[in-house]
Amino acid sequence: VQYLLLIYENEASWAALSEAEQGKIFQEYMDYSRRIRKSANYVGGNALQPTSSATTVRVKNGKTLSTDGPFAETREQLGGYYLVEAKDLDEAIALAAGIPGARMGSVEVRPILPTPPVE
Amino acid sequence: MDLEATFRDERARALATLIRLLGDFDLAEDALQDAFAAALEQWPRAGVPGNPRAWLVSAARHKAIDRLRRDKRLAAKREELAYLAPAAAAPAELEDEAVADDRLRLIFTCCHPALAPEAQVALTLKTLCGLAVEEIARAFLVSPPTMAQRLVRAKGKIRDAGIPYEVPGSDRLAERLGGVLSVVYLVFNEGYVATSGDALIRRELCGEAIRLGRLLRSLMPAEGEVAGLLALMLLHDARRAARVDARGELVTLEEQDRSLWDRAQIAEGRALARDALRRGGAGFYALQAAIAALHAEAARAEDTDWPQIAALYALLLRLYPSPVVALNHAAAVAMGERLERGLRLIERLEQSGELRGYHLLPAAKADILRRMGRKADAAAAYAQALQLVTHEAERRYLERRSREVG
Repeated sequence: VQYLLLIYENEASWAALSEAEQGKIFQEYMDYSRRIRKSANYVGGNALQPTSSATTVRVKNGKTLSTDGPFAETREQLGGYYLVEAKDLDEAIALAAGIPGARMGSVEVRPILPTPPVE
Repeated sequence: MDLEATFRDERARALATLIRLLGDFDLAEDALQDAFAAALEQWPRAGVPGNPRAWLVSAARHKAIDRLRRDKRLAAKREELAYLAPAAAAPAELEDEAVADDRLRLIFTCCHPALAPEAQVALTLKTLCGLAVEEIARAFLVSPPTMAQRLVRAKGKIRDAGIPYEVPGSDRLAERLGGVLSVVYLVFNEGYVATSGDALIRRELCGEAIRLGRLLRSLMPAEGEVAGLLALMLLHDARRAARVDARGELVTLEEQDRSLWDRAQIAEGRALARDALRRGGAGFYALQAAIAALHAEAARAEDTDWPQIAALYALLLRLYPSPVVALNHAAAVAMGERLERGLRLIERLEQSGELRGYHLLPAAKADILRRMGRKADAAAAYAQALQLVTHEAERRYLERRSREVG
């Protein structure tokens, strides 16, 4: 089963950290990424630019409406993700628990809906 | 032979094995139902098979394959299960030991922390205890469609999120076992604490919780907290007949007719409580069981070893702090004839505001003041408790006490 591990963190509290603290967390992410890339679990993953760079798009009556910022104002924002292959939810939870963001924010574990390949 | 009784006995066991074999809760339940129907038809004619469980599992497996053939939507599932088709259930899979493993897997799956707590409870009662949706709904005061929906959602999550059907490894066992035990205790308390609602259903919940406790105990005999929880439930339940009088009024521990207590059950509970403390040390359930055992050992209320009970509550409070435990500790201190100190502890708890709105706080304070002979203060505290109490039998108790100091 594939799972998307969505990493939510509070951007404001990240910005409030000192450069040294940010560097330490960055290093932890580097270590985690290196480990998981070498494992059989890794399918993909990326960090995202902060929500200040986000644009929300809707199409209403055939007209494209673009608005500044994320869809919803929430305390924690989507900051990155990993796409992993795991044998079951317990393995996916263990992988999620290893992400540094799980300590500072939260990680949502979502199974990928299996769909037939597009011809 | 009573076929209904056989089905009831075998249902949970056969279901646990079928869920593993078929990998799907709904399919397993439906197929087992088909197998029961077939048995009702065949057994009276051809005689009951030597191993009814093996017959039922094997028949259900074939019924499941039939169902998959009929239902086009289940094509993918059919392929996944294709390798099962030729196999009659291997006898080794139906030995008691293998089935016990399946039931343990089922408990851990039903009580997986990724499921909402109320869904864990409902699923456990449905699949492990075999309660009907209507019964579970009545016990938790929701409508049957709501409860059915809750079960559908839980089974959907098990399937879609890939919640495993296995007993967690030793690295996670302690943490996960805690969740399982709290579900069992929740079922018990639902039946024990609230005396409102359908009395018959409530008694059944206590019975089911104790049955689950016994099952866990037989499956995990080395776990101290498993023994502790079973001991705690048995010791509480042993007082059932004395807890409510002929008019349906709640009788406090102090005033209960102890000749109504179930002595055999108390003996079993005490032995388990000792075993729990020996194996697991000062566990959450083991300590509470030890306290319940001390109550059960006193021939009369005035023989109760309050100093030791207070000491156990102090330990419980240190290891597993909670305001309710703090309240029980304060009450036990006061009962050990240290009324002043008990009162001070309760006043401190009052100031913390943690139990604001909880009627047992002013009720406990009122009882202490009454014992101290401070009638006016006691009356004020009883009045406060009466404003907060919602339970009818408890209200009548408080009113009676209130009149004594009025």
